[in-house]
Amino acid sequence: MSSQMIRRAEAGTTEAAWVRYTLIGITLIFLFLFLVLPLAAVFAEALRKGFDAYWEALKEPDAWSAIRLTFITALIAVPLNLVFGIAAAWCIAKYEFKGKSVLTTLVDLPFSVSPVVAGLVYVLMFGAQGWFGPWLQEHDIKIIFAVPGIVLATVFVTFPFIARELIPLMQAQGNEEEQAAIVLGATGWQTFWYVTLPNIKWGLIYGVILCNARAMGEFGAVSVVSGHIRGQTNTMPLHVEILYNEYQSVAAFAVASLLALLALVTLVIKSVAEWRHEREMKAIGDLSPENVKAAPLDLSLKAAS
Amino acid sequence: MLSSSAAAAPAKRRAPARVLPGFNITLGYTLMYLSLIVLIPLSALVFKTFTLTWDQFWTAVTGPRVMASYRLTFGASLIAALVNVVFGLLVAWVLVRYQFFGKKVVDALVDLPFALPTAVAGISLTALLAGNGWVGQYLEPLGIQLAFNPNGVVIALIFIGLPFVVRTVQPVLEDAEKELEEAATCLGATRWQTFSKVIFPSIAPALLTGFAMAFARGVGEYGSVIFIAGNMPMISEITPLIIIGKLEQYDYAGATAVATVMLVASFILLLIINGLQAWQRRHSGAPV
Repeated sequence: MSSQMIRRAEAGTTEAAWVRYTLIGITLIFLFLFLVLPLAAVFAEALRKGFDAYWEALKEPDAWSAIRLTFITALIAVPLNLVFGIAAAWCIAKYEFKGKSVLTTLVDLPFSVSPVVAGLVYVLMFGAQGWFGPWLQEHDIKIIFAVPGIVLATVFVTFPFIARELIPLMQAQGNEEEQAAIVLGATGWQTFWYVTLPNIKWGLIYGVILCNARAMGEFGAVSVVSGHIRGQTNTMPLHVEILYNEYQSVAAFAVASLLALLALVTLVIKSVAEWRHEREMKAIGDLSPENVKAAPLDLSLKAAS
Repeated sequence: MLSSSAAAAPAKRRAPARVLPGFNITLGYTLMYLSLIVLIPLSALVFKTFTLTWDQFWTAVTGPRVMASYRLTFGASLIAALVNVVFGLLVAWVLVRYQFFGKKVVDALVDLPFALPTAVAGISLTALLAGNGWVGQYLEPLGIQLAFNPNGVVIALIFIGLPFVVRTVQPVLEDAEKELEEAATCLGATRWQTFSKVIFPSIAPALLTGFAMAFARGVGEYGSVIFIAGNMPMISEITPLIIIGKLEQYDYAGATAVATVMLVASFILLLIINGLQAWQRRHSGAPV
């Protein structure tokens, strides 16, 4: 190929400079308007009356109890979905069985169900008029308009997050390493702990933090089952709504700013997990068959560290 | 493939022994947890619906206020998803193909709507677009109102749906082979022809999947919309809010009926998305 042709071919896979800059410009303006401005507005509105007013709003006992309830909810919901996510990913990714695609679709179902509908189904089960309503009342157990209902609704809404992250990852990695470990005499648990887990580590972290962000921020489903009792069944997003509807704008945005910070932390952890995962994938990719002879030393060093 | 079929040949028709342990326990646990958290509660909704007479059901789901809410919910989701197809493709393209300062930050920021609680997005967008907001104050003199009417619903749904399109198109664009484009150019195609005839067909399935996902999410969205919509009956009331309204009036039958319509809609959308994803995998030649 002549050098002229190569140049033409390369030019053919990108656009003229003015097109490039226009497209980058439009993209940045669009993202600025739709992502950066809303994020900045949260903090600007929260600090509108100065730092003292901001601090006062956060020190309020109702705000504190909302923060506490949000953390408790996430602390129960995320581990439950973590165990489920690993179990579901193991059986879906590692084996072939009848009805696998149906099962995968059902795992995704909570993603597409409206949060409001998710809240409603628990009211129909455990509410005063629901299936178990009379029995629960007899035994003086409260689920709807109480903390258990909030946790259940949150578990439903965040149900697929970790499984969804792990299934494609474990499918892509195949079974060879695990089979080798089993053949060499490892127990199932050892195989999972020393072979599978290191491979899916970053995907798992990513899934957990996304699940956590959604669990702490869920609004629609929780709003249906909570009953909005101040200081008792208000999570942070619900507290934001109440304050906002009472025209306590600064206080509402102050609590909202904590949730926005949580979102930012989530994005940072996610990016770091992604970069680390890419780097590890690249390191493995470099171990192509012709390089393998030089590899053992490298591998043993990694295993030791 | 060859060796495994050869090994399986002697033991005719018997499934190959599973080397990895844990199938029964993980499948059992998955099915149990799925039933307890998702399937049984959702079936409660279906059973409750069957206790209604057909007339009760029909009046509940076709009342004029409810019909207006369907039009708004599905219409606004459709417009927002279409906007997201255009801008989502643009963002994905720019992030994959061009280098510029701050690209990694921009890339990370695209996921903000996934991570930011919907209620926060709702009050923040409202504060921006209200008459005295950062953006609203410049639009009001021009006679443009983006908050407290159906426009606000569309804006909120664009925010919510954007990452779905970007994140489905982006990996497909990254995997696209440059050789095809080089070949097209060497054969005399203009850049636009290369894009519309070579690149676009290869990302079309992903784009359609992203569209369907953004649409499905928009139909069910509640938190970000209710703050900015103004929630006027017949004009800017979304269907999830109708369900909440009926619940607050202790009209459980009505709420259940409308929720069933929503559930059926989301189930159909889920099946469509799954079909699209399978098509996309076949399209890219990866194993299904």
